[in-house]
Amino acid sequence: MKGCYVAKSPLAASRELDGEVFIMSSVNSTLFTLNDVASLIWKSADGATSLQEIVENKICAEFEVEPSTAFADAEYLVAELVGHGVLLVADHPIEPPSLFARKKS
Amino acid sequence: MTALMAELNSRALELGVPLNAHLDVTYRCNERCSHCYLDHDDHGEMTLAEIKDLLNQMAEAGVLFLTLSGGEVLMRMDFFEILSHARGLQFCVKIKTNGFMIHDKEADRMRDLGVQEIRISIYSHRAEVHDAITNLPGSLKRSVAAIRLLKSRGLNVVIGNVLMRQNVTDYAGVKVLARDLGVEVTTDPTITPRMDGDRSLLELGIRGPQLHKVFRDTELVGNVEEFCAVPDALDDSAMDNIACSAGHTYCYISPYGDVYPCVQFPLPCGNVRKDSFLDIWNNSIQLNEVRSIRARDLPTCSSCSHVGSCSRCPGLAFMEGNMRGPSSLDCEKSFARTGIPSANMIAKTLPSRAGDQPDLLLHSATFASLVQITTTLMPRD
Repeated sequence: MKGCYVAKSPLAASRELDGEVFIMSSVNSTLFTLNDVASLIWKSADGATSLQEIVENKICAEFEVEPSTAFADAEYLVAELVGHGVLLVADHPIEPPSLFARKKS
Repeated sequence: MTALMAELNSRALELGVPLNAHLDVTYRCNERCSHCYLDHDDHGEMTLAEIKDLLNQMAEAGVLFLTLSGGEVLMRMDFFEILSHARGLQFCVKIKTNGFMIHDKEADRMRDLGVQEIRISIYSHRAEVHDAITNLPGSLKRSVAAIRLLKSRGLNVVIGNVLMRQNVTDYAGVKVLARDLGVEVTTDPTITPRMDGDRSLLELGIRGPQLHKVFRDTELVGNVEEFCAVPDALDDSAMDNIACSAGHTYCYISPYGDVYPCVQFPLPCGNVRKDSFLDIWNNSIQLNEVRSIRARDLPTCSSCSHVGSCSRCPGLAFMEGNMRGPSSLDCEKSFARTGIPSANMIAKTLPSRAGDQPDLLLHSATFASLVQITTTLMPRD
């Protein structure tokens, strides 16, 4: 999963409240909250940055954690969120969903 | 309500964040429901650009749960641009619609945009009753067709069933219909006065014996014994309670940009065409007044035995003339549940001349025949 890319799903709703991220899945109306590390992964899930870059450049830069441990945790989180339909994962960069794309004026 | 949702609400309350907002994108409608409280003419709706700007501000302010309603939302030709923009901002969106204008393409877009819930009003399983309320022949058939279509796309559809005198005997039939369609139904006896203060619509609401009966239907209220329990003795801790989320973590915005504490609380607090959403939310004198009110500040209700359990709506109280006053409709509901008159009801029976003695027995019977109610029958989470 190291080279994979992650992006927020069009089926997710989320908001940051006092530094904490809350996510609602429209698939099953489940509400999640993320800890600091998971929040950073969520906020970085832009479809253009690989999970490896997120872990190395953001998680390990901000938290005192071994890269191997951080990556294992990140993989677990990604699998969980993908399972709930709120995160997309692919082995290539993920384009923003066309439904949300702004029309050119 | 899940523990996490309760925590989120509690956090929003503590931080003063407008977690929930209801935005009516239009008051125009293709139905003419007998109990509707709106004026359906267009008096200058916000443009698409104004709504997008408002949504940007609301996302920035912390709104997560957004209800898009009307009028009929699809009367706006740009509705899907509004919806798409809202979802792009990661709002959790609920849509209220009658479904007439939802066909394959619209259903597909709602699914692809991750709409969390679509709520469609069904007043009766019988076309002659439903269509008489909407004043539109064929409306039941069209709304049911929309529910089937949305369900076929895997969307979460909920039937809203408003109880009135016209359809009070039909809620069981609506439940059967909902079960056949594979959707949830919420039953709600709330009838709201018109936004201009006209209270004549309240005559449509169900009355004492009917209300008493539905409050004792386990299918509607769950545990009847618990729902209709006599209130506990007055507890001082209840005096710090706020009435509801209106103005605290919830607000309503009209199609004209007016901000109110709630869709059922027509106290103008500002207009987003003049001031920013966050400026209104944080600094409106009116919103701050609503926020300051605790149960102990209510002249009549603070001495009422129902104060800890009443569903008193401050918006309905406001429409009766005083946001700190009782909401008579909720008093009547508490009475229908428990058989115990509220302090407000008792005060109204007091003799106008010194020496006269009120006949509480007589007045209790009178109350029973006058009951109109306003709050949901569903048990609270």
